[in-house]
Amino acid sequence: MSNYQHPYKEANFVIRHLLHFDQFCEAYSWDEINSDLTAVVLAEAEKFAVNYLLELNRQGDLQAAYLQGDKVFETPGFARAYQQFIAQGWPSLSATEAYGGQGLPNLLSVACNEIWQSTNLAFSLCPLLGQGAITAIAEHGSEALKQQFLAKLISGEWTGTMNLTEAGAGSDLAAINTRAEYIDGEYKISGQKIFITWGDHQMTDNIIHLVLARLPDAPVGVKGISLFVVPKFLLDAQGNPAAENDLRCLSLEHKMGIHGSPTCVMSYGDKDGAIGYLVGEKHHGLGYMFSMMNHARQGVGVQGLGISERAYQAALEYAGGRVQGRDKAGNSMRIIEFADVRRMLMMMKSGTEAMRALCYYAGFKADQKAAATEQQKSAIQAQISFLTPIVKGWCTELTQELVSLAMQVYGGAGYIEEAGVAQHVRDARILTIYEGTTGIQALDLTHRKTLFDKALQARQIFKEIQQTIDDLAVLDQRCYLSRALTDALNDAQEAVTWLLENPDQGGSVAANYLQLWGYLMGGWLMAKSHLAAWQQLQLDAGDSDYLNAKLVTCKFYTQHFLVRTQACLASIRAGSDAIMALSEQQFFSHVN
Amino acid sequence: MKVLVTVKRVIDYNVKVRVKADNSGVDLNNVKMAMNPFCEIAVEEAIRLKEAGVATEVVAVSLGPKACQEQLRTALALGADRAIHVETEQELESLNVAKLLAKIVEIEQPGMVILGKQSIDTDNNQTGQMLAALTGMPQGTFASKIVINDDKALVTREVDGGLQTIELNMPIIATTDLRLNEPRYASLPNIMKAKRKPLAVKTVEELGVTLKEHSKIVSVNAPAERQAGIKVADVAELVDKLKNEAKVI
Repeated sequence: MSNYQHPYKEANFVIRHLLHFDQFCEAYSWDEINSDLTAVVLAEAEKFAVNYLLELNRQGDLQAAYLQGDKVFETPGFARAYQQFIAQGWPSLSATEAYGGQGLPNLLSVACNEIWQSTNLAFSLCPLLGQGAITAIAEHGSEALKQQFLAKLISGEWTGTMNLTEAGAGSDLAAINTRAEYIDGEYKISGQKIFITWGDHQMTDNIIHLVLARLPDAPVGVKGISLFVVPKFLLDAQGNPAAENDLRCLSLEHKMGIHGSPTCVMSYGDKDGAIGYLVGEKHHGLGYMFSMMNHARQGVGVQGLGISERAYQAALEYAGGRVQGRDKAGNSMRIIEFADVRRMLMMMKSGTEAMRALCYYAGFKADQKAAATEQQKSAIQAQISFLTPIVKGWCTELTQELVSLAMQVYGGAGYIEEAGVAQHVRDARILTIYEGTTGIQALDLTHRKTLFDKALQARQIFKEIQQTIDDLAVLDQRCYLSRALTDALNDAQEAVTWLLENPDQGGSVAANYLQLWGYLMGGWLMAKSHLAAWQQLQLDAGDSDYLNAKLVTCKFYTQHFLVRTQACLASIRAGSDAIMALSEQQFFSHVN
Repeated sequence: MKVLVTVKRVIDYNVKVRVKADNSGVDLNNVKMAMNPFCEIAVEEAIRLKEAGVATEVVAVSLGPKACQEQLRTALALGADRAIHVETEQELESLNVAKLLAKIVEIEQPGMVILGKQSIDTDNNQTGQMLAALTGMPQGTFASKIVINDDKALVTREVDGGLQTIELNMPIIATTDLRLNEPRYASLPNIMKAKRKPLAVKTVEELGVTLKEHSKIVSVNAPAERQAGIKVADVAELVDKLKNEAKVI
């Protein structure tokens, strides 16, 4: 098993010098919250993760959760770790203080999630879904629902799940078939849901399911879906779990990765209907779900960051210890001394740092929105909405490349499960798929986020990038950065123009359009990081070893990742042409 | 009963230690620092005594530069009630630490002082014993179990060849060994609460202690790197090498 150390210098650098978190806290006079506090909290999070989650990661991979009767038993050891996790108060981090939360910034929540996900992705999904349930009830639930469920979800005493997908309703939620009926003053839910992460387990004495279902009087399509809270155990008058609700786990999926996370087929209402409580208004469920979607999708981007960091640390450790070959003088060499291994390590290092900058940058927007005036809020929301598909789509796709490189550094040993890096590759593979595939993210970015507002938001970001290019011009010795960023910005502007002129080809170019934006945003934030690191060095402040490495890492990123915008643009310009030219029959012409 | 517990800021035990190029000491520049693990055990013991109703107040104390306050905040987050920081930029050798602590003991009048048996940076294992001598309090060092019965303390000590249990008259000095307890982690709500707990800063001058240099570090060297092994042809060659090269037999 490889070790994990939290990249605390990197996290603190991003929080302090890239995002200027302290200035923000001062401006909004957030008492007691600053980057010193985030550093302390992150250090405690690392301690917990290294001591409780790291070893269980392998355990969960080898010994998946299993179903006995209709009960799911999680990997041994997970329950103890979970109890410790809630004893330390981690689920309450960013939740509202009114129900026992700590009310800490989303930025800190993102940084902590990175740690959980680096050390044990399968475990981390359980509290992550709890966060989703908390948000749904806190933002849209009635006072009664909040009183009954919120405090215990926030404390982590109960966990939460999200029930959207059905066999016939995956990317297209309009096809949802699960029924809700209002009988004798109660909503009764019946139907089958699939892919329900942590749908059942024995770690807590209740599980709160959030279920999308259709009422009999519902209009067809997405406008006819309602959201219900369906607890595993109904509450008695004192609010404690009592009678079993009419729901159960039918089976568990056998997955490629994240074995420690039980993925359930859930059946509701096999007998006389599972009792559910309506969240908000009838028929508005999908809207409520989507209000959480930005958060959830960005969360998956952070999962990519977490796994990439872990795989990078593993590869680095291996490369530094593995002896192969000799130099000209006949001395044996470690593989880290070979240029191509260095290239792979730099790909991982710079890619991960760019992802972290983007994930934290986007996550911090939620705090900026919370602190903003009403007029500013909608502008920040537009930024968040624009960034979300990029964080989700680009980070998770890049993750596939980086974890694969980590395995490559190991050579043959990496393909052997024992080395551990194979688990990262398998675990990471789901990230481009769940919470909306990369294709869905790409369509979201081309259509809803670019064509819909005629690229208004895109151009706002171009302005900010141009500002950074101007800032870079002040330091002439760094002109390669400013040149590279200028080129990438031009590529993006041309891509936007092309898209606006060819909206009907949006679907064909979406994937490349998304990637172009990802590399550009990563390059922009790396350029800003470069400036921040350079300023720190000028002030003779901070760790010069770290800061100089940052400068080189930014340079590497521009030379090896940012240049990819050119290829993306070239493919975008090709449009639908060859993509749609074949008839379906022609796809079989090589075999028929 | 008031418990005074000492906390030292040291290089994090996970960090690979590097010696400064001029061999004057360990390079602490931009290195991750943490609470000395034996001090963590001391803090834990003090908090457990409070939770058991034996102690009424836990006061954490640390000596050194301003950054020591980070470790004091950790102690507060773990459950200490208040903290005292004796701020000084000077390197403190054990006797100076003991003298400063003796002053704090004089001011605070604790029923018990708990220290780590040693710190992982200098490994001196002196301060607790010196403090006992300076204050005239009985000492129970290398403790793996502490039981307080009113005005007596039963301290089980880890000694060569086994365990020794001694009975001491309160107030006492105890120093912790590894097996005394397993320290907890600070919880998130307690980290937040710790920010509001009192932390008093004092200076060496205020305490009226004159720091003296009793010893001097001549040089600090990294352990010799392990050499590659060789294969020997037979037992005779092995014995010869052990005798003449390694000179161990």
